Amino acid sequence: MLSQVPDNRGRFGPYGGQYVPETLMYAIRQLAAAYEKAKADPKFHEELDYYYRNYVGRPSPLYFARRATESWGGAKIYLKREDLNHTGAHKINNTLGQALLCLRMGKRRLIAETGAGQHGVATATAAALLGLECDVYMGAEDIRRQELNVFRMQAMGSRVVSVSSGQKTLKDATNEAFRDWMGSAETTHYCIGSTVGPEPFPKMVRDFQSIIGREVREQIRAAEGRWPDVIAACVGGGSNAAGIFYPFIDEADVALVGVEAGGLGLASGKHSATLGAGKPGVLHGMMTYVLQDAEGQTAAVHSVSAGLDYPGVGPEHAYWKDTGRVRYAMATDEEALAMFYELSRLEGIIPALESAHALVEAKKLAPQLGRDKIIVVNLSGRGDKDCVEVARLTGGAAK
Amino acid sequence: MANRIDETFSQLRAAGRKAFMPFVTAGDPSLAVTEALIRDLAKRGATHVELGLPYSDPVADGPTIQASFNRALAAGTKLDDIFAMVKHLRRDCHIPISAMGSYTLVARRGVARFLDEAKAAGIDGLIIPDLPLEEVEAMAPEAAARGLDQIMLVAPTTPPERAARIAARATGFIYYICVSGITGERTALPTDVGEHVAALRQSARVPVCVGFGISRPEHVRAVAAVADGVIVGSAIVRRVEEMAGRPAAEVVEHVGRYVEELVAALPR
Repeated sequence: MLSQVPDNRGRFGPYGGQYVPETLMYAIRQLAAAYEKAKADPKFHEELDYYYRNYVGRPSPLYFARRATESWGGAKIYLKREDLNHTGAHKINNTLGQALLCLRMGKRRLIAETGAGQHGVATATAAALLGLECDVYMGAEDIRRQELNVFRMQAMGSRVVSVSSGQKTLKDATNEAFRDWMGSAETTHYCIGSTVGPEPFPKMVRDFQSIIGREVREQIRAAEGRWPDVIAACVGGGSNAAGIFYPFIDEADVALVGVEAGGLGLASGKHSATLGAGKPGVLHGMMTYVLQDAEGQTAAVHSVSAGLDYPGVGPEHAYWKDTGRVRYAMATDEEALAMFYELSRLEGIIPALESAHALVEAKKLAPQLGRDKIIVVNLSGRGDKDCVEVARLTGGAAK
Repeated sequence: MANRIDETFSQLRAAGRKAFMPFVTAGDPSLAVTEALIRDLAKRGATHVELGLPYSDPVADGPTIQASFNRALAAGTKLDDIFAMVKHLRRDCHIPISAMGSYTLVARRGVARFLDEAKAAGIDGLIIPDLPLEEVEAMAPEAAARGLDQIMLVAPTTPPERAARIAARATGFIYYICVSGITGERTALPTDVGEHVAALRQSARVPVCVGFGISRPEHVRAVAAVADGVIVGSAIVRRVEEMAGRPAAEVVEHVGRYVEELVAALPR
């Protein structure tokens, strides 16, 4: 069964593992133990579920997108509305879980990396809710692109630390968060934002995000009386995709499609299509697909979407790629920008640029599949955060 | 299989002396300067060298070493050229060299090929900071088969039982990281270094050297009193950086004088 990973060494097939400095092993082992204990404790689940229902607003709707379905001329399109969660994206599912674990470990400070700022905001939110101190590392380039989210984090009492090394984006923010944790692990929990990093992070983040797929199972049964034919989700680090895919991994008749950022196209070299164009290697504590040069130096990556702009990917996605369980496609910057407006005008839903990548693939698949089929798209976040940048890139929204 | 690292430690032990191990980044500012530096440091009393393999994303390193890796990479430093430099150095310089680099670089090249090339170049040991006990079996047996030491790290956060397991697994020497955190100079060192090192020596078959944060003669004196060797990184790298754009001989002289000051603090 493909769902029975990772093994007790944190391996998803050959991927995953714990490639981290000895200084961090204590904190990582402590976290793994705390997570296993919490997982087996009904009180932990009750508490998390309480916040999911009363604070996040779960379950998020599974919405039948009638106008998109008509316009795209084929399969029925359902949108899993993670954009309606408090803070506007799926990220809060994970940060609440990790913030509760932080308290259970007796730690009072959270640190996080963020790209688009959605995970930073979700961490800052959980920190404010539970009275924790919080520092968020963010690339200087992303701070420029995501001004609104920087303000939101600061408004909730978190400190946003600008990272000017490397490409000044998500990878560099992740490096700095690890460096902070090297010296602060006794008092601080590193609330990693995706299904990446050393064991137990990929598994733990997947588990917290799996609330998405578990809800879809019930909702699609109620709406259609059967499983969907395809589930599509965007993949940067891969947490929203893992969250909606994982509860369907052993349902062989449900096709799963992950959509990576094709940027300016593979030929341009300016993309973040790690699974599409990368090779197995090591980054941020895990063996996985990475975009790197022949020497192992991390390659420059690009996407219009700050949340997909990452040269690695969760190790479970690497495993799903190799086993063929999930197909990985890509959408370009141009396609994602066009879809940003298209969904806004068809459904009155402004999607995050990340989620727009998944919608692009759904639009391509819908006519191929035909009207008796069903596609569920994980609408992982709302696009408010992207409005200023999209306006800048497209010269405004006026038709 | 005794190699240069082990032989040098035996000689030091017989003479009642301590090891002094400077860290230099390969290719900062150029491999020619790195080679000249190693040759000079050996003459000024360094007993071993830690040779940093530049990597774009070193999570255990502070700003000084990160910047030096970036300079080396910007200068076009490649692994093949680093190995060629060591090979050239080995014509007349026999100081033990441990290569320090991310497992990312090893994995990209492939463990067997990386180790074959390191061995052929004249490297004696490997310090792979992101290869903890949980992952080291992917590399350690292959290193041992080639007579290369797999140097293991122990941190202040390592529980005693785990430290003992690491100590039992290490070859060459044990690298005790005396401060929790990233590399970089500190004004004062923790007071518990002696305690940790003494505990490690109980289970270690190899010498215990101490690094991270060491930059002053008084640090060297304190560490040498409790450990088998002293490792100095960022403080040396910073002095290389200070001499950016200057002729190689001046860089070497500037770093060399500093190393002499530190070496003078070792017990005789």
